[in-house]
Amino acid sequence: MTEALAANALLYLDDVKVSFDGFKALKGLSLTIEPGEMRAIIGPNGAGKTTMMDCITGKTRPDEGEVSFEGGSIDLTKLDEATIAELGIGRKFQKPTVFESHTVEDNLYLALKSDRGPLATLFHRLSGAEAARIDELLATIKLTARRSDLAKNLSHGQKQWLEIGMLLAQEPKLLLVDEPVAGMTDAETMETAALLRRIHESGKSVVVVEHDMAFVRELGVKVTVLHEGGVLSEGSIDHVASDPRVIEVYLGR
Amino acid sequence: MNANVRRLARSALLILAFLSALPLLGATAKAQDISAAMAKFTADSYSDTVAAIGEVASSGHPRAAAIVQAIQDGKLEFDTASKTVAIRTATGVVDAATGDALATPPAGLTPVRANNRVRSVLAAALGSLTLMSPNPAKRLEAAEAVFKSRDQGALATIEAALAKESEARVRSAFEAARAAIVLHKADAGEDARLAAAAVLKARGDQDAVATLRGLPSDTPKRVKDTAETAAKAIETSLAMWASVQNAVYGVSLGSVLLLAAIGLAITFGVMGIINMAHGEMVMLGAYTTFVVQEVIRTHAPGLFDWSLAIAIPLAFLVSGAVGVVLERGIIRFLYGRPLETLLATWGVSLVLQQTVRSIFGANNREVGAPSWMSGSFELGNITMTWGRLWIVVFALAVFVGLILILKKTPAGLQMRAVTQNRAMASAMGIRTPFVDALTFGLGCGIAGIAGVALSQIDNVSPNLGQSYIIDSFMVVVFGGVGNLWGTLVGALTLGVVNKFLEPFAGAVLGKILVLVFIILFIQKRPRGLFALKGRAVES
Amino acid sequence: MIGYFLKNGLDARVRLALVVILAIAVLVPASNLLLPESSPFHVPTYLVTLFGKYATYAVLALALDLVWGYCGILSLGHGAFFALGGYAMGMYLMRQIGTRGVYGDPVLPDFMVFLNWKELPWYWYGFDHFAFAMIMVVLVPGILAFVFGWFAFRSRVTGVYLSIITQALTYALLLAFFRNDMGFGGNNGLTDFKDILGFNVQADGTRAALFALSCLLVALGLVLAAAIVNSKLGKVLVAIRDAESRTRFIGYRVATYKTFVFTVSAMLAGLAGALYVPQVGIINPSEFSPANSIEAVIWVAVGGRGTLVGAVVGAVAVNWGKTWFTGVLPSFWLFALGGLFVLVTLFLPKGIVGTWSEWRAKRKATPPSDAAPAPAE
Repeated sequence: MTEALAANALLYLDDVKVSFDGFKALKGLSLTIEPGEMRAIIGPNGAGKTTMMDCITGKTRPDEGEVSFEGGSIDLTKLDEATIAELGIGRKFQKPTVFESHTVEDNLYLALKSDRGPLATLFHRLSGAEAARIDELLATIKLTARRSDLAKNLSHGQKQWLEIGMLLAQEPKLLLVDEPVAGMTDAETMETAALLRRIHESGKSVVVVEHDMAFVRELGVKVTVLHEGGVLSEGSIDHVASDPRVIEVYLGR
Repeated sequence: MNANVRRLARSALLILAFLSALPLLGATAKAQDISAAMAKFTADSYSDTVAAIGEVASSGHPRAAAIVQAIQDGKLEFDTASKTVAIRTATGVVDAATGDALATPPAGLTPVRANNRVRSVLAAALGSLTLMSPNPAKRLEAAEAVFKSRDQGALATIEAALAKESEARVRSAFEAARAAIVLHKADAGEDARLAAAAVLKARGDQDAVATLRGLPSDTPKRVKDTAETAAKAIETSLAMWASVQNAVYGVSLGSVLLLAAIGLAITFGVMGIINMAHGEMVMLGAYTTFVVQEVIRTHAPGLFDWSLAIAIPLAFLVSGAVGVVLERGIIRFLYGRPLETLLATWGVSLVLQQTVRSIFGANNREVGAPSWMSGSFELGNITMTWGRLWIVVFALAVFVGLILILKKTPAGLQMRAVTQNRAMASAMGIRTPFVDALTFGLGCGIAGIAGVALSQIDNVSPNLGQSYIIDSFMVVVFGGVGNLWGTLVGALTLGVVNKFLEPFAGAVLGKILVLVFIILFIQKRPRGLFALKGRAVES
Repeated sequence: MIGYFLKNGLDARVRLALVVILAIAVLVPASNLLLPESSPFHVPTYLVTLFGKYATYAVLALALDLVWGYCGILSLGHGAFFALGGYAMGMYLMRQIGTRGVYGDPVLPDFMVFLNWKELPWYWYGFDHFAFAMIMVVLVPGILAFVFGWFAFRSRVTGVYLSIITQALTYALLLAFFRNDMGFGGNNGLTDFKDILGFNVQADGTRAALFALSCLLVALGLVLAAAIVNSKLGKVLVAIRDAESRTRFIGYRVATYKTFVFTVSAMLAGLAGALYVPQVGIINPSEFSPANSIEAVIWVAVGGRGTLVGAVVGAVAVNWGKTWFTGVLPSFWLFALGGLFVLVTLFLPKGIVGTWSEWRAKRKATPPSDAAPAPAE
């Protein structure tokens, strides 16, 4: 039966368990993301959101459970970060991480889908198609005017966008976006929501982890609530917001 | 069967002792009178000389050794006409029997001649005379020589000497020597030979193994088998002692590593500061000891036994103060930049070395050991110096003291709070910069204390610290950063491993192997033996 | 492809540096060989050799800068690669002595005769051929770096941990080469060289040629390093330095890149060591001492890490200072060196060249591409 479920899913997690020195970060987390789906994941601190992302992207090996990609055909628990990235899973960190001493342009250039081998990069020459793609991405993330600036000189929100742009440059099938609007102004938050919706509409699957309820509401997609390393509730934003267990977790008992 | 052999051996020994006492009884009866023997020397015949040598050697006469040695050296002279036997010395001629100088030596003195037979008798006589020497060390040496040579001819003398011997150490050496001879004596009788094998087994060293294994092929099977069993038993016991010795020496080395590394476990392990000048803190502690001893030597020599006790707090203060200055003056500007900290503190280490070199000179300085740390003692087959033992004790005491400071004192609580969560500690009113300086000073001060102990076993020179810095880092990294117990286990493990490798690989290669091992180990467990796991530790 | 790759490295500053280095490579030997000693422009031979030594140090600094300045790998064991290259060259030079040694053995070097060795150990085979020795000069440090890097980087040993184990590596080699039975001359190392490719190593002409070659190696190293750091691979290296896990999550195999640059760097260091040995006339285990490697780090720091020209400038400047100090105030050199470590890290973290380009960038607001801006840690 799990095979059947996995077969239709782009990303499939089943009964994933992770513990660190006795602390159980994930206690049997199960999650299914359909191809082309956008999903919001919320949950209080320590719910296991980041650990879940670590398991999907190969940073952490689960103690138990299944993590697979593309209809269950690829076992992600056996692969390293670089391989998983090349398979088409892009990840944005909670804290914006860009290459500070590279220009905005070069950040995208490095992220562009291409041969990642050292010899290929040593003799690589920027092609016309690549340059066009960079222009396009710069326009998408609204950083065209700052293309030659060093990334470290960008504002916090711009770094978040640049990182999303780098994700897009990889041409992934699935984007994992960790707290994309943390530290953003309201206007920036709404623009980010629009950006993610556009990405979703272009046919990519997106998993967004976020605290900001207004933002999640703005996304308007299915929501999964994590709590203490497992799924607490799942459904539309209105459904989960009225779930008494969710209310208890967020507001205390 | 073992008990039987032992009982057999004991009775055999009794019989042998009794038998060997017999000729000696005869010797004492005519004690001291060697005039008849002296007369034989004047006969100028080889057979008389041989007889005379035998009589003199077994006489127990105080001049016996001198007379026999004189024949050996060609200095014993005789005059048939006046029946004089004299010894020619560098200054003149003395009477052989009395040792009195002869005022008018007879003109016809000629040396006693020796042929091969005389020479062989002479050698045996000399050997037996040293076996009878009044000096126990000489007797022991002679017994060992007989043990190695297994000279069948010496058996009678050995037995005679054994009967007279009262000192236990020499006695057992004689017994072993006799056993070696008897074991190899084809006509000794199987029981006596078996008893001898048992005696050799009791001796229990590598030489005994060689003697037991060296039996000729025509030896009766029972004797050969018993000897082989005994040799095997000795080897097992020797191997066990060697392991025990390696373990003990390993713990001793481990305690030195622990002392050197324990301060670093605070500054690097707990605080995360790469202090390349750590070794120099140890060096400063050693030089503090030197200065304390110099002052005591010139002003209060009676206090010398207390010099280390006085040096410990001073070394702590000196190194600790330098540490605080280093933290406040340089390191605090580099928090969060470990590679820069590494370089800056390396620079400091160069400056400290050169400072000490300028003040005290580049040569090694003599640091003495107080009387209670000098000398050594034996523990079974292992010889251990008191100094090494005290260092083990001291290292453990420092370790326990440090744990107590960190776990039981308010200052320790603050240190742990700041290293675990700086922001929160600061919010709770802890003066974090002050605690930083204090913690770093504590780590450096402990390095200084280590210097006091290490001054006892290492050369006190400006380069002292250099030889410990890599080892210290290896210990801390191996044990697991941020874990004092890890440092303890790491230090002892590396010490013991090093000592067990040494017999196979030699000291230097052993050290290289340990380094390679740690390099590989870090690949496998980048955060050490007792590392924290999880998201929190990965920055 | 390779032409583009190399040309890509030749930015304005590297071109200027190349002109200066090549000019020195021609002018110094020319003045030494052609001008009479009385001429005020005559460079005495001892200075030619000294400058030649500086040049090899500059190459070592370049190699170190490539890994530290651009990839954030602070190697405290680069002296080991330098020394291994030096030993490979030393072995060639030993074999060239032939019967002119003290014991006159046609095959065995003196120290082996002295140790009563009867035949040449297998790992000395082939070193009588110059070409073979030159291959070993790059291959031995390269293989060591590859194997070490492969293990270390794949297990994600980073930061100070890596620094410490590189230091342990060179320390282990130091202990090993001190051993007589290793067959590398033990304590005394390899010395008493007679000639190289048939030319007397003591002759003025040979020394001038070695100097010119060293300068040429600096120039080549500079072009190669500049081409690497200006390529896309160079950008990946800087990306690894600034945000290693980000680079990994974009799909680059960080360990492969690190191993690659570490190996290239070690080979370059090996070449530098090979040119160093015939000029100073000796190679012994002290070249492996951790202090040597860490001293090379300060050359790079002084010149400005992440600026290739800075590494060259730093190596020459610090060593010139060392020569001057040990001549004038020998006991103060360690104070000066120690102080330099402290002052540079505290007050000049970008080094001479880095600070200079920052100052110029502020004026012109366009940073030269060779200077990768200072790393954020």
